[in-house]
Formats: sequence, structure tokens, C-alpha cells
Amino acid sequence: MITLPTESQKTAHIRLNLNGEQTDVSFAPYKTLLEILREDLGHTGTKHGCELGECGACAVLLEGKPVVSCLVLGVECDGKSVLTVEGMGTDGALHPLQEAFADLGAAQCGYCTPAILVTAKAFLDEHPQPSREQIREALSGSLCRCTGYLQIFEAVEEAMVKIAERRKTAA
Amino acid sequence: MANQQDHKNAPMATEQTNGSEFRVIGKSRRRVDARAKVTGQTRYADDIFLPRMAYCKLLRSPHPHARILKVDTSRAEAHPGVYLVLTGKDVPIEYGIIPVSQDEQALCVDHVRHVGDPVAAVVAREELTATEALDLIDVEYEILTTISDPEEALAIPAPRIHEYGEEGNIHKRVALEFGSVDEGFAEADKIFEDTFFYQGNTHLPIEQHAAVATKDPDGKLTIWSSTQTPHYLHRALAKVLDMPAAHIRVIATPNGGGFGGKSDPFNHEIVVAKAALRLDRPVKISLTREEVFYCHRGRHPVLMKFKTGVKKDGTITAMDLQTLIDGGAYGSYGVASTFYTGALQTTTYHLPRYRFRGCRAFTNKPPCGPKRGHGTVQPRFGQEVQLDKIAEKLAIDPAEMRLRIVESSNAVTANFFQLSTVNLGECIRRVVKASSWNDRFRKLPEGRGVGLACSAYLTGAGLPIYWNKMPHSGVQLKFDRGGGVTIFCGATDIGQGSDDVLASIVAEVLGLETFDIRLYTGDTDLGPVDLGSYSSRVTIMAGNAALQAVERARALIAEAVSEKLDVPQERLRFADKRVFDFAAPEKGVTFAEAVCLAEGRFGTIGTVGSYTPPKSPALYKGGGVGPSPTYSYSAAVVEVEVNPVTGWVSVPKIWIAHDIGRALNPALVRGQVEGSVYMGLGEALMEEQEFRRLPKKLSHALVHKFPSILEYKSPTSVDMPEVFTELIEEPDPRGPFGAKEVGQGPLLPIMPAVANAVYDAIGVRIDEVPITPEKIMKALAEKKAGREPRFGPSHFPAVPWPEALRIPPPWEGGDGNAVNDPRARKPKAAEREAVDYTATHGKVLR
Repeated sequence: MITLPTESQKTAHIRLNLNGEQTDVSFAPYKTLLEILREDLGHTGTKHGCELGECGACAVLLEGKPVVSCLVLGVECDGKSVLTVEGMGTDGALHPLQEAFADLGAAQCGYCTPAILVTAKAFLDEHPQPSREQIREALSGSLCRCTGYLQIFEAVEEAMVKIAERRKTAA
Repeated sequence: MANQQDHKNAPMATEQTNGSEFRVIGKSRRRVDARAKVTGQTRYADDIFLPRMAYCKLLRSPHPHARILKVDTSRAEAHPGVYLVLTGKDVPIEYGIIPVSQDEQALCVDHVRHVGDPVAAVVAREELTATEALDLIDVEYEILTTISDPEEALAIPAPRIHEYGEEGNIHKRVALEFGSVDEGFAEADKIFEDTFFYQGNTHLPIEQHAAVATKDPDGKLTIWSSTQTPHYLHRALAKVLDMPAAHIRVIATPNGGGFGGKSDPFNHEIVVAKAALRLDRPVKISLTREEVFYCHRGRHPVLMKFKTGVKKDGTITAMDLQTLIDGGAYGSYGVASTFYTGALQTTTYHLPRYRFRGCRAFTNKPPCGPKRGHGTVQPRFGQEVQLDKIAEKLAIDPAEMRLRIVESSNAVTANFFQLSTVNLGECIRRVVKASSWNDRFRKLPEGRGVGLACSAYLTGAGLPIYWNKMPHSGVQLKFDRGGGVTIFCGATDIGQGSDDVLASIVAEVLGLETFDIRLYTGDTDLGPVDLGSYSSRVTIMAGNAALQAVERARALIAEAVSEKLDVPQERLRFADKRVFDFAAPEKGVTFAEAVCLAEGRFGTIGTVGSYTPPKSPALYKGGGVGPSPTYSYSAAVVEVEVNPVTGWVSVPKIWIAHDIGRALNPALVRGQVEGSVYMGLGEALMEEQEFRRLPKKLSHALVHKFPSILEYKSPTSVDMPEVFTELIEEPDPRGPFGAKEVGQGPLLPIMPAVANAVYDAIGVRIDEVPITPEKIMKALAEKKAGREPRFGPSHFPAVPWPEALRIPPPWEGGDGNAVNDPRARKPKAAEREAVDYTATHGKVLR
């Protein structure tokens, strides 16, 4: 019997809160959070464009803050919370950002969309009334080759209004 | 039922189709695939994970040009976890996108032509194992002289990068003359000569290319790939794998951006297909970003020389254009690209006499190919900057001068392109007004400026890539008794929204919502052929095919409902998911009932539609590149601020008007315009596919300067200016509901408008792109020293041009043929029959 190659040995184990759900996962210790999400946890909504931390396509929220998941080792995530695009909606309804991105043409090929959505969510959580300039700055770590960004800004602004309205109604 | 559509009898959808205004067409709507995209559920190629799937990696050449003397794979094969190692001898059959340049091998057999050319493939249990095993493959190379640019290619005929082509390292030369340009220059009041250089750049889709192949349980092959052209990949696989096309299924997964970069059949696709067949298990490959830079097929670097004669009022009397094109290591679309560097100069302004000569050279760099605007972007930059110079010398406002010379609707150009609607003049007037051009041009303070430029682009290539008489696009519709409608079409959604185009046309005609429509697209098993997402062809071609199919279905349903309700068919209206008498709207049936009535009356309801572009009057050899059913037009004004100390150019605002015919979904159209503007700005200011030599003491190899997203600069969200977009909507009789293209055209005016704005701001001409701070500083230094305030190429080398084919333009009695072509072009019977794609053994003879 031949030895299993090192990379096939799932010797690392962590428990994380993935999209609100306690999740155990075993994986080869060299793997990044991006690889674990996509390959070991079947969460393919998070994308990759370089695996070098340059394009921003793999952004997820780690403890509520956007990180490029290709630069985070899986073993660093034990006990932490991770939010991906799969966890944005609630009770079968889309998040206002998702609604606005869909309605206003902010997703063309859609490949950078999951990362931009979670980044925008973290940003709006912290800054409920941002200016256009602040939105530009907040999203500048994610490259989009399709849209020219403007419809993305508009979608974030529309979602901002919708979220504020909801807060008012709830209050 | 599948009669070939005669364009003259094309169903002309009008406002009357539904008896009143449109319900779907022209409304900004959520696209049909939007929900999948915002929930992360769109399944791109690399999101496919199959049981027992193995991973593939490619060993790539570290040398720009070498002979392969020996490949020893024994150590890699012995590596634990490795299933298979392939080399060139396993897949030796040559392929390529264009029939006349079948010059690629999936794995190089004995000759590598650029750094990154694949030599061997490893398939292993894990991707990392495959990567490790690459180091265990021993390759012996004999280094050959590197050809680093076209001038070297002209000077160094041997060693040849390819054994075919014109001669030495010249791949393709073309020379065409439409009317006597010498006579045209003799009539001119002034003659302008300018040389421009357009640097190469790349698509940079955020999704890296990926493919998964598997041997189906019944022994056939299925491949999912991030490709814009599943049909052409289908053909290439049949050829290289030497198996019947009928036993291959290609599924184009939604592309995470294409921009032309996923339009060739690629070596990695062929390799995983071969490996899956050999191993009888699924095999995946996902390229690294560095490898995507080596796939390239991006913008050709082009050196251009324009000689243009004008009258005092700005009227052009003649133009002579020479282009020298850096093709990189393979043919790719290069033959077409070469013609495109001269083809569309005639489509914007009236050009009575025109000579075009183009030369594409092979060099030891990743192959160039089609990028958004394919081949027409570079000469458009030169032409529009030269017009700016001409207007200044003639003391005419550049907008006013262009308005005087714009080509008119339905004109036939000097090179025999049949135009349809031309609203370039209106585009110019709109951006002039919106930008307050007259208050700004030459009136802004030093350091600030505005520039204007225009363009035209194809709405679909008029000819297929391989000669055949079949439709360019086909659509099948299936009707469900519950009122659902399913569209089957080969069209490939690369993010541009082609699925939404198909759904909106079908929904509009049947009075449904796009959500009621299901789509199966980009799958060679499920849908009729669509040639692919290139040349801005999908809206007009797949759209017209869909329109024909749905009009046929509507007719059947209307007949059945008419009989049932006893209402004449002309009075029936399809709207709000009902079919009813518009004179008495309460008298009607639901759409689902209408389908059942039709099925009861005629049997199972299914219709097909297809589209073939109109015949072109350009009959001369080379006249196949450039004809299109119709052309889109754009005009843009760009405002810049130039920092004279750093040379930094910032762009606060852009105004653009686009002649779209009709916007099927304005939100998506605006997205295409803004996305084009964005990509154009990147090309204008920063993007470049650059190369450098390694130090002599190392290999001195010619390597990519920066194959990474970080170093390949592209605009970010903070760089994007405000964009004011106006759509000019005069429905074009050739487009579905009047629609023309929008995916590529609006990119073209941006680069020259930026260059013209920089001149307005600081009085220096940057005659090449990208317009980097370094070039601005050099030009400013020239200006300060009292020399010509310019940065750009100074000479155009002597190219051994062939004698030009002489084609008298229409106004000189020409009939579209060359008067001096010994091989006078009438396609021979043998040529017509040369492609037999349906042959059971998939042998494609050309």
C-alpha cells in the first residue's frame, strides 16, 4: 500500500461558525480558508481570481471584517465566524444588497459579485449613511472588469436606503 | 420548419406585434440570471466538483524559443498520487481557431514558441501533487534565437517560428486599394502623415480559465469549460482527439468575464479531455493567474502610419494606412485581426479613396488575438487622434469637422461594406451639448482639457470563421402545458446578458415575463449552434433566431385560440400571460390554456428559428472581414486633469453617446457602455502587456514583465470617473426589435478622446497608448526644449508589401471585385464542399 501524499491527509481540524452554523471540518493543513470553503465545505459561492491577495474576488467576512480568504490559513480560523455570500439572505429572502445588485445591473458576469456583496455588507454595517466617495474607497480592494463600478455604487446606495427604511419600520 | 431565414423577410418586430407598447423590451429589468449571481449560485467551470475527479497541471516552457530535444517523464510517473503524464506525442494533431492557421498543439511536440507554451501535463489525485510532479519532468531544450518584436521578425527570417506564413517570420500580409489614393492626394489641399503605436494589453477576466472533462457512463465525452465559443471548441476537440463530434458534448459554463480572451480553443481544454478519456474519470484544470497571462490572445501591439489628404473644409480626399502587427507566437485570430486593423476606417466618415496595407509578424510572446474591439481599436485610435490634429491645423472645431464628414445611413463604403442606420452625427451632437463642449474646448485653464473622438463597430461578423452555408445562430423553443417556455440555444452568456436578450424577446412576443422562461444555452448537446460570443453578434443573430422561432410559435397558438374564441387572429393580443381579443379584453384564455389549445390542434408545440447575415457586396479577397448586418456608432468627450509636475492624468468625467438602435434592457445596455468606458480608460492610461529580457548572465530570455494582477495595472473603483451615457434609439431594420450591438463599440472612442484631451490640457501629443506619466513628462520636456511637443513612434519600417488588390469603389463603377486579382474570387464548388461538419467521423477537412 502506498503512502497517501501529504496533501491528501486531512490532519487539521477546526470548528468554525459558518454563516451562523457551527461547522466542523478536517482538511490538509496547508489549505487556505478559500480552499476549505470551496473544496472541503462545498461553499463555491466564494471565488478566486489570483490566489495572491490581489484581485479581491475571494473576500469573505471573518469575525465580521472583510478578508481575502486566499491569504488566510484554515488553521487560523478555529473558533471564528465566517460569513460568505451563501449566508447573506435570511429566511429565504435576499439581503437588500443582493436585491439591489440584481435589480440595477451591478452583477454582469457575477464573478466578483459575492466578494463585493459581503464587503459592502460589512461596510454598511459600520457606516449606515456613507457618501459615494466612501463607497468607492470601501470597495477599492475588489476588482470588477465588467461594470465600470458605477452600477455597483448605485446598488450599494439603493440598499443603504432600503436598510435604513427597514430599521425605521422595525424601530 | 427550419428554413434558412432570408434577412429581407426577417420578422420585423414592431410596436404592432402586440397591438400596443412593449411590456418587456425597453424596460430596465432584473436580468434572468441575476438571482443566481447575487447568491453565489452561478456555477462557473471551477465550481464543478465531480466524484473521483483528478486534477491537471501543465508544465510550461521557461524559454521563449527552443527546440525540445527530449522529455523524460519517468520520475513524475513514479510520484505517489500521479495518475497520468501526457506529452506532445499524445495529442500531436494541430488545431487553431482559423482554418488557415492550424498551428497549435495542445502540448508542444518539438518546438516551444513562448514562455508558457505547454510541454507536458500531469494528472494527479490532488492539484498540489500534480504541481509537485511537474518538477520531476526532465526536458532538454536547444535554445533558438528569440524574435522579440515585429521589426526583428522582418529583419530575422530564420529560425522561423512557424513553417507556414508569408515568408520568414511574417505571418500575414494584406494590401488593398479602393480607388487611386495618389489621385486623392493630388486633390487634397493638405496632407497629414502621422505614426502611432498602440501597446498590447490583456483581457484580465477575474475568472481564470478552467475546464472539467469526463467520460460519460456511455463512453462519450463531456467537457465544461469557461469558453465563449463552445461550437468552435467542439470542432477543435473532434479534430485533435480524432473522434466523432457527435460523441462530444461541450458545455460553456457562464464565463466570469471573457472580453475575447476565451474565444480560442485552448490547449488545457484538449489536455483534460484527453486525460479524462484515458483515465475514465473526471479531470479538472484551473489555471493560475500567471498562466492566464500566458494564454493571452489579447490586444495586438500595432505600429501604424496614417497618411490622410483633406480639403480646407475637412473633407477627406484619400487615406493611406499601414499597420505592423505583433502577433505573438501563434496564429489565433490573427488573419482576421490583420484585416480588422484596416477594415472599419471607412465606416465612420466618408472616405472616397483608401489604401490599406497590414502585416502581422510572429514573435516569441504569448499569442495575441481578439480583445473587445478586435483589431479595430488600434487604427481607430490613430485615425481619431490624427483627425484632431487635422482639425486644429485647418482651424475647424473637431466636433464640427466630424459632423461635416460623417457617413450617411445605408451608404456602401469604399471597401463595399453595406451600412444600415448611422446615427454618428446625432451621437456627436449629444455629447457636444451634454459636455458643454463649446464652452470648454481650448478654453479650460492649463492642465485641464477635453477631447472628443468617435467610432463604429460591427454588430456581428458577417461571415463565420469556417466557410459554410449554414445559419450563424439557431434557437429552439419548447412549450410546456403549464405555460412555461424553454429556450434552447448555443449562445454563451459571458456576463453580457445574452440569456436575458433571448428571454426578453420571447417573453415580449408571447406576453410573458422573463421569469416564465427557462434557458438552456451554451451546450452543444441541447441547443442548435450559435457561433459564439464574439464580434458583438449574439443580440442580432441569436436574437433574430429567437424572434423567428417565437413568431412561428405565436402564429400556431394564435390560430388555435382564434378558432376556439372565434376571434380573427389579427385581433388577438398576447399580454399579461393571456391571449385575448383586444377589442373585448375579457374574452380570452390564459397563456397556459392557449398552449394546450395549440397542442390539441397541432400536436406537440415546438418551433425553431435561425439567422444568417445578409450577403455582403464586398466580393474581393479579404472582403470577408468587416461586413456586418449593421454597425453601432459612438461618440465620447473625455475631460482630463494633468499634473504637470508628476505627469499624472486623472479623468473626472466622461460623456458618451451610443447608437444602439434599441435598448432591449436599458440597465444592461448602460452596464455595457460603462464597462466599455472603464476598459477603454484602462487601455488609455495604464494597461500594458509588457515584456523584458532576463539578464544576460541568466538566460537572457524574453519574459512577461509582470504576469500578475497587482503589477498589471487596471482601474479600480476609485479611478472610475462619472460617466454620462446617452442612448440613441433609432430602431435598425436589421436588428431584433431594432437592436444593435453595445458590448464593444463604446470602448473605441475612449483612448483617442483621452489623448485629444491631454493635448487640450497641456499642449503635448501622446501618439501612443497607454498614456503614462512617464510619456507625458518626456513630451513636456520636449515642449520645454522647444522641440516637437510629442511622445510617440518616429518611424515606420520598410515592409515588403505585395502589390495591392485594386478594387474600384462603388462611385467609380466598382462591382466589389478586384480588377487585378489573378485568383478572381468566385468560391469554387470544391471550396464550398470542403467543410463537412456533419460527417460521422468529425474529420474537419479545413
